[in-house]
Amino acid sequence: MEEKVIGETTMYVEMRHIMKTFDGFQASNDVSFGIERGCLAALLGPSGSGKTTILRMIAGLDKPDSGDILINEARVNDLPGSKRGIGFVFQNYALFRYMTVADNIAFGLEVQKKSKAEIKTRVEELLELISMQDLGKRYPHQLSGGQRQRVAFARALAPNPQLLLLDEPFAAIDAKVRRELRTWLREMIERVGVTSIFVTHDQEEAMEVADLVIVTNQGRVEQMGTPDDICMHPETEFVADFIDTARFEALRAVEGKKQ
Amino acid sequence: MEQQIVKVKNKKGVKVIPGFGLSLGVTLAMLGCLVLIPLASIFISAAQLSFGEFIETVTSRQVVSGYIVSFSCAFFAALINVVFGVILAWVLVRYEFPGKRLMDGLIELPFALPTAVAGISLTYLYSDQGWIGALFDKIGVKIAYTRIGITIAMVFVGIPFVVRAVQPILEKLDRQYEEAAAMLGAGKLYTFFRVILPELFPAMLAGFGLALARGIGEYGSVVFIAGNIPYKTQIAPLLIMTKLEQYKYADATAIALVLLVISFLLMLVINSVQIYMQRFSKA
Amino acid sequence: MSEKKKQRMYDQDVSGDGIHSIQKVIEPPKESSRPVIKYVLIGVSVLFLFVMLILPLIVVVVNALGDGWAAYQEAVLDEYTVKALMLTLLATVTAVAVNTIFGVFSAYLLSKFYFRGRQVLASLIDIPFSISPVIAGLVFILTFGNIGWMGDFLKAHDIKIVFAVPGVILATIFVTFPFVFRELFPVLNAQGKDEEEAAALMGAGGFTIFRRITFPHIKWALLYGVILCTARAMGEFGAVSVISGHLRGKTNTLPLHVEILYNEFNTTAAFAVSSILVLLAVLILIARNLVEWKKK
Repeated sequence: MEEKVIGETTMYVEMRHIMKTFDGFQASNDVSFGIERGCLAALLGPSGSGKTTILRMIAGLDKPDSGDILINEARVNDLPGSKRGIGFVFQNYALFRYMTVADNIAFGLEVQKKSKAEIKTRVEELLELISMQDLGKRYPHQLSGGQRQRVAFARALAPNPQLLLLDEPFAAIDAKVRRELRTWLREMIERVGVTSIFVTHDQEEAMEVADLVIVTNQGRVEQMGTPDDICMHPETEFVADFIDTARFEALRAVEGKKQ
Repeated sequence: MEQQIVKVKNKKGVKVIPGFGLSLGVTLAMLGCLVLIPLASIFISAAQLSFGEFIETVTSRQVVSGYIVSFSCAFFAALINVVFGVILAWVLVRYEFPGKRLMDGLIELPFALPTAVAGISLTYLYSDQGWIGALFDKIGVKIAYTRIGITIAMVFVGIPFVVRAVQPILEKLDRQYEEAAAMLGAGKLYTFFRVILPELFPAMLAGFGLALARGIGEYGSVVFIAGNIPYKTQIAPLLIMTKLEQYKYADATAIALVLLVISFLLMLVINSVQIYMQRFSKA
Repeated sequence: MSEKKKQRMYDQDVSGDGIHSIQKVIEPPKESSRPVIKYVLIGVSVLFLFVMLILPLIVVVVNALGDGWAAYQEAVLDEYTVKALMLTLLATVTAVAVNTIFGVFSAYLLSKFYFRGRQVLASLIDIPFSISPVIAGLVFILTFGNIGWMGDFLKAHDIKIVFAVPGVILATIFVTFPFVFRELFPVLNAQGKDEEEAAALMGAGGFTIFRRITFPHIKWALLYGVILCTARAMGEFGAVSVISGHLRGKTNTLPLHVEILYNEFNTTAAFAVSSILVLLAVLILIARNLVEWKKK
């Protein structure tokens, strides 16, 4: 693992002047931001705004044309994704179709040549965490959408990553259960205490789940800040438009009454 | 080491999944040694022919008639296959009846049956003493050792291509389409020709192209029933074979090259029409 | 979009609210309202298949046994028939093995990686499919034969390819080259590469990814491809005919042996040997249908 320390930073993940084009399409245009350790951040933007590209570059699935990606103060541009200490939850979960739930979760540990006993304990621990103790022997196609998401989450967490990346974690889920899962995911991430970044196009989702919201548009970061910040003080016309402040205030009012 | 893996990349990004180098190497090595290098020999040999010789060979009366027999019979066989292929696919997709699974399983028979066996069997069946040939002989129609016989053999080898090209499309075809047409008052036949057939057209064309290509190149099942009468029932692949037996390698090469080029052009035309049709139907 | 829809349908199925069964009831009856057309079309199909496909099989069986069982046995157990069968098996097994290795690597390459020239490579792999078998045989003569550009080299080292067993095998490989690839590629392509990417991100190596993640997706398609490849390799006639030199007991495959017997007007023996091939073909068809059925 070659690591080069560049500058000083208190951030766990940092993007510095990232540029990326796909066949002439500007996916990232001078993207810079930092995320502190333990933070749950949302990359929010309309489709085609470059948010998934950012996530894939952090994961090592895509490579920036220029700029630096730092994880834990080390430049990781040339480090393969598997050595970056990350867990990745794919949009459609990418569960291994021909493996049971337990085997899915165990895979990352097996690859790291952990002992059988250790793997077994960890898998059980994670099955319990996602409340699926009895479903370890099922195959992905025997699960509901929500269950699949939980398995994908557990699988990503199994090797104890320092950073969890989630690509549109709720996109493939029924609207009915989506809200419930949001709360669940937020609680889980808090409990595990892992730094997390998720991508979404749904402003409500971002506001409700994240500590920090990064709004992207046309390959640029439009604004970043706490959900309150973004809602109350949109810095650009685009953010104001996209966030639909009025709706958010109404939502807040309802939640305030509940509390 | 890690650095190298990352460097194997292209515009789209990093090669995350391992195995690119190995699979590229194996693929290119095998494709090169077993297909491309031998195939290149035909062009190397052809390059050694003088232009005059080449033209003289491929425009000789026997060779031209060979091309004509091959292409015309393959063309008619492919047409017949399209008609029966669509009927068969339709029956297999839309109807339920006993023995349907057996019928479906039979479609690949021409594929599994060695062509030489099909060849001698068809020849026997359609010769003037054969079970079917005798019937036609009575009304004065000869099948074996005529172009009709060649066409029949080509129908035999080509039928699976059309059925298997059309079948999946027909299965996917949205029934609401037909229902919508019916609701608008269109009759069954009208619906079939105006609504279903256009949807099937690209698949039919693909099947036609494959059956045509197979027919043009086919040797084993055709050579027996053809009878190989010069200027009448000699197919182009047989001419190549004959030239080889006479050790006239240059002639064989020239005939083969023309056949190759025409086949490629045909496939190119069919592919482009198909792509055009697909765009058209998506719009 | 359709993926989501499917998933939703599935979720509903898991929760058991019976949406599926309702849909089945609502679905319009499959049968045509005019049964006449149906029976005419089925009749045409049955007649076509009977005349075109079944009758030739019956012809083979009837003629093979035409001179009685003893004559049949003699033809089938003839020394040259057995030798031809052995060569056919050898060529088939080699071709299937080579094309399976190629099919797996090339399908993996073209479905999991995007690189320049991917389309071109896919078309090149398909070439043997659109070439006349006679030309396939010819190219090997032009490469390895006396007049071929490698001819002198082979002669100097006393290696015989043309009119020898290696030539027969090479020609068989050539004509069946794309078969396994063609079965594997669509399956792997439809599967996408998310699962492999996920595994690679967890640090799995190439072999582990293939064995545990890719292979389970393709095992039926692979078997299917192997079966098709076997069928075609076993029955190859044109290409092998050009390159074999028809040396009885040496470079004669079963289909070539059929031709020789037929040309010698030994019809019974020709059909008797054919019946072995018919039997193999029927077995292959049954295997094919079993696999098809299993896949579902």
